[in-house]
Amino acid sequence: MNKIIRKIQLSDDVFQMEIEAPLIAEERKAGQFIILIVSEEFGERIPLTIAGADEEKGTITIIFQAVGDSTKELGKKSEGDYIDSLLGPLGKATHIVKYDKPVVCVGGGIGVAPLRPIVEAFKKAGNEVISIIGARNKDLLILEDEIRAYSDEVIICTDDGSYGRKDLVTAPLKEICESRDPAEVVAIGPPVMMKFCALTTKPYKVKTTVSLNTIMIDGTGMCGGCRVTVGDETKFVCVDGPEFDGHLVDFDNMINRLNTYKHQEEEHNCRIGLDSKGGEK
Amino acid sequence: RAIPLQEMPSQDPLVRRNNMEEVALGYTESQVKLEAMRCLQCKNAPCISGCPVSINIPGFIAAAAEGDFEKSIGIIKESSSLPAICGRVCPQETQCMATCTVGKAEKDVMRSVQIGRIERYVADWERENDKIQVPEVAPSTGKRVAIVGSGPSGLSAAFDLRKEGHDVTVYEAFHKNGGVTVYGIPEFRLPKKIVEIEIDTLVKMGVKIVTNFLVGKTRKLTDLLEKDGFDAVYIAAGAGLPKFMGIEGENLVGVFSANEYLTRSNLMKAYDTANSRTPIYHAKKVAIFGGGNVAMDAARTAKRIGAEEVHVVYRRTEAEMPARVEEVHHAKEEGIIFDFLTNPVKILGDENGRVKGIECLKYELGEPDDSGRRRPVPIEGSNFIIDLDACIPSLGNNANPILSNSTPDLEVNKWGNIVVDENNKTSIDRIYAGGDIVLGAATVILAMGQGRHAAESINKLLKA
Ligand SMILES: Cc1cc2nc3c(=O)[nH]c(=O)nc-3n(C[C@H](O)[C@H](O)[C@H](O)COP(=O)(O)OP(=O)(O)OC[C@H]3O[C@@H](n4cnc5c(N)ncnc54)[C@H](O)[C@@H]3O)c2cc1C
Ligand SMILES: Cc1cc2nc3c(=O)[nH]c(=O)nc-3n(C[C@H](O)[C@H](O)[C@H](O)COP(=O)(O)OP(=O)(O)OC[C@H]3O[C@@H](n4cnc5c(N)ncnc54)[C@H](O)[C@@H]3O)c2cc1C
Ligand code: SF4
Ligand code: SF4
Ligand code: FES
Repeated sequence: MNKIIRKIQLSDDVFQMEIEAPLIAEERKAGQFIILIVSEEFGERIPLTIAGADEEKGTITIIFQAVGDSTKELGKKSEGDYIDSLLGPLGKATHIVKYDKPVVCVGGGIGVAPLRPIVEAFKKAGNEVISIIGARNKDLLILEDEIRAYSDEVIICTDDGSYGRKDLVTAPLKEICESRDPAEVVAIGPPVMMKFCALTTKPYKVKTTVSLNTIMIDGTGMCGGCRVTVGDETKFVCVDGPEFDGHLVDFDNMINRLNTYKHQEEEHNCRIGLDSKGGEK
Repeated sequence: RAIPLQEMPSQDPLVRRNNMEEVALGYTESQVKLEAMRCLQCKNAPCISGCPVSINIPGFIAAAAEGDFEKSIGIIKESSSLPAICGRVCPQETQCMATCTVGKAEKDVMRSVQIGRIERYVADWERENDKIQVPEVAPSTGKRVAIVGSGPSGLSAAFDLRKEGHDVTVYEAFHKNGGVTVYGIPEFRLPKKIVEIEIDTLVKMGVKIVTNFLVGKTRKLTDLLEKDGFDAVYIAAGAGLPKFMGIEGENLVGVFSANEYLTRSNLMKAYDTANSRTPIYHAKKVAIFGGGNVAMDAARTAKRIGAEEVHVVYRRTEAEMPARVEEVHHAKEEGIIFDFLTNPVKILGDENGRVKGIECLKYELGEPDDSGRRRPVPIEGSNFIIDLDACIPSLGNNANPILSNSTPDLEVNKWGNIVVDENNKTSIDRIYAGGDIVLGAATVILAMGQGRHAAESINKLLKA
């Protein structure tokens, strides 16, 4: 049982929560994640990145988008409520290096949340950090101030042009690859965005790190549900990742695998609807 | 005249393949007495040497024959703390029943005294009649032991160490305790309630259990000794790394390791579609690869989840299958199709990256290999295709590397299993290990036996 200390709504369906978890706060590093179950009896195990931690207070911060059953249920919890179980820190930490050339951090949508601790870590290691953050529109853009705090330069993109540039994040990324010769690009966001960021940097041979958000269950390497194809190898995102060389990840396979239950989840929802009206199952 | 072998009453196959309830229903009182009377009470008791924890088998059977179940369970518990589990899942035909005189005389191991079924009866009798005694705990020794993993091995070590008066804490990565007995072995073979009650007893004895704690990540293994003040650690982390075949198409949508499939169903209750939030793949035609208990469990679960046709694809023949005979028998009764001497070489996908079939090769049995089993040899050009929409490689498990990766001084062999000496001690002082993480995927009773042995070693260390 872990207590929710603070809850803030960042946008329509994005929430930030500070949760009591002293051991995780002590051990965690940028790039790692946790798996939680909102309520144990029938709940689902969902992975979320550790977006920050306060070792002294013994808390970690998560930022999540309420997209389906479990994240919506989590979004309904209030300060003072408890989460039934919380396991972590999981996965490998981001490999933070001090480069002579700039590091570009690209975040799209909710991906800005897992990106934030990485931006901070690169900056604290003494790097020049250029951040590109994007969202569909101004209201959906999160953590701008937090990203600014640790970036030398911030470029904002929205799909509809309601804030910053009216562009996909790949447009400024391409320009920077051309003009600034970056040492490394870290891209986190929807799988399609990561796929195109990797395609963008490939011709320039810039090292590109992506953080994969596959379906997971245990998060300990036991089930293999999170596996992805990286180069010629099968890797488990929960223990070998979540970060991989974006030029080697088979994104199409990953996107297909993310949709494994898509049809069923929709089906499942409508059956529940029938049930509550007393209809047949 | 000889007493007839008592068959196990079980749920009708046509009914049970639509539910998750236990298949084998257990003996009645008169049946258990009759079966117990089949035992010849052999002076040399060859059966005992077949049991990895050396239960006094003629002793507990004699008491059961007299109807003194309290005495009977007392005798079992001198050697085993989890008889309701072992009586159900032990591969008895290769253990205690393999050496039984009755089976030898009848030239059929399956006609040996049904030792496990009697064991199960008396263990169930104890539980159902609220006779489970919380064992007396010795006065506190002031010593603290941490146990990594709450599977059968960790639980039996916790039991023995706590009884000696040590302060015991079990750390478990999952949100529920029991290891493979709760996430792997299905409800229809081992009701989870039974495991829960065993764990309750431990808690009543004062064992502390911490779930959602991954040793190696939440806390480093050596920190348990150096920072948290434990005097010794027992690692019982299980195998927990699914084997794949390394064939083309293994990452297509619709390919699941048995671990994933079974965990979704058992631990996350995905079969309860009305309530569970965890989805499970709905497929009409499913193939399971493998021939062990894991494969049988996956096949029978797939049937219950609603698959119309379930194939078990196995390279050798039925005689070589490592699964318990009873599970194979039950699987056949439930309509599982067995494709022997067949092996997949490729998984085929459709334009959306979903499984649409498998390409297989036919095999024949050749000369015996080093282990004496006849080696399966592929028949060239025998390739054929089975259309289906999901497959479940069920080839067992290798050692999970989380602990060894985060503990450089912990010696492991080339398969990743932790290396221990005859006292179950690892390469690091005060750290012991046992169960599947040492043996490779083994059995519940072997894992338990190692837990007890390690507990004895730790106890000696702490009392020295
Ligand atoms: C290592 C890791 C870190 C993550 N960090 C974050 C984070 O910091 N914040 C955050 O909001 N989310 C994060 N995710 C994604 C998050 O786990 C999923 O959004 C969540 O599991 C969805 O659960 P649900 O029951 O609410 O939705 P579901 O009902 O399961 O799904 C709703 C929709 O989301 C899609 N979906 C399901 N799982 C995922 C997934 N893993 N990634 C993307 N789409 C998915 C489904 O196809 C469906 O369309 C992370 C995932 C991983 C693996
Ligand atoms: C599907 C299936 C069917 C089987 N059927 C049979 C059968 O019929 N008969 C039989 O005798 N045997 C059977 N077995 C084998 C048997 O279940 C195992 O041999 C036995 O459970 C091993 O016990 P264990 O205690 O060593 O490990 P496990 O039961 O694997 O338990 C290990 C526990 O440790 C936890 N853990 C792992 N790493 C860490 C960590 N770093 N920190 C904290 N916790 C950790 C795991 O989550 C797990 O709960 C079957 C196995 C499977 C998978
Ligand atoms: S524990 Fe297993 S091997 Fe030993 S007597 Fe019981 S059933 Fe047989
Ligand atoms: S070998 Fe068989 S018959 Fe003999 S004592 Fe053991 S169980 Fe009884
Ligand atoms: S989530 Fe199960 S192996 Fe990665």
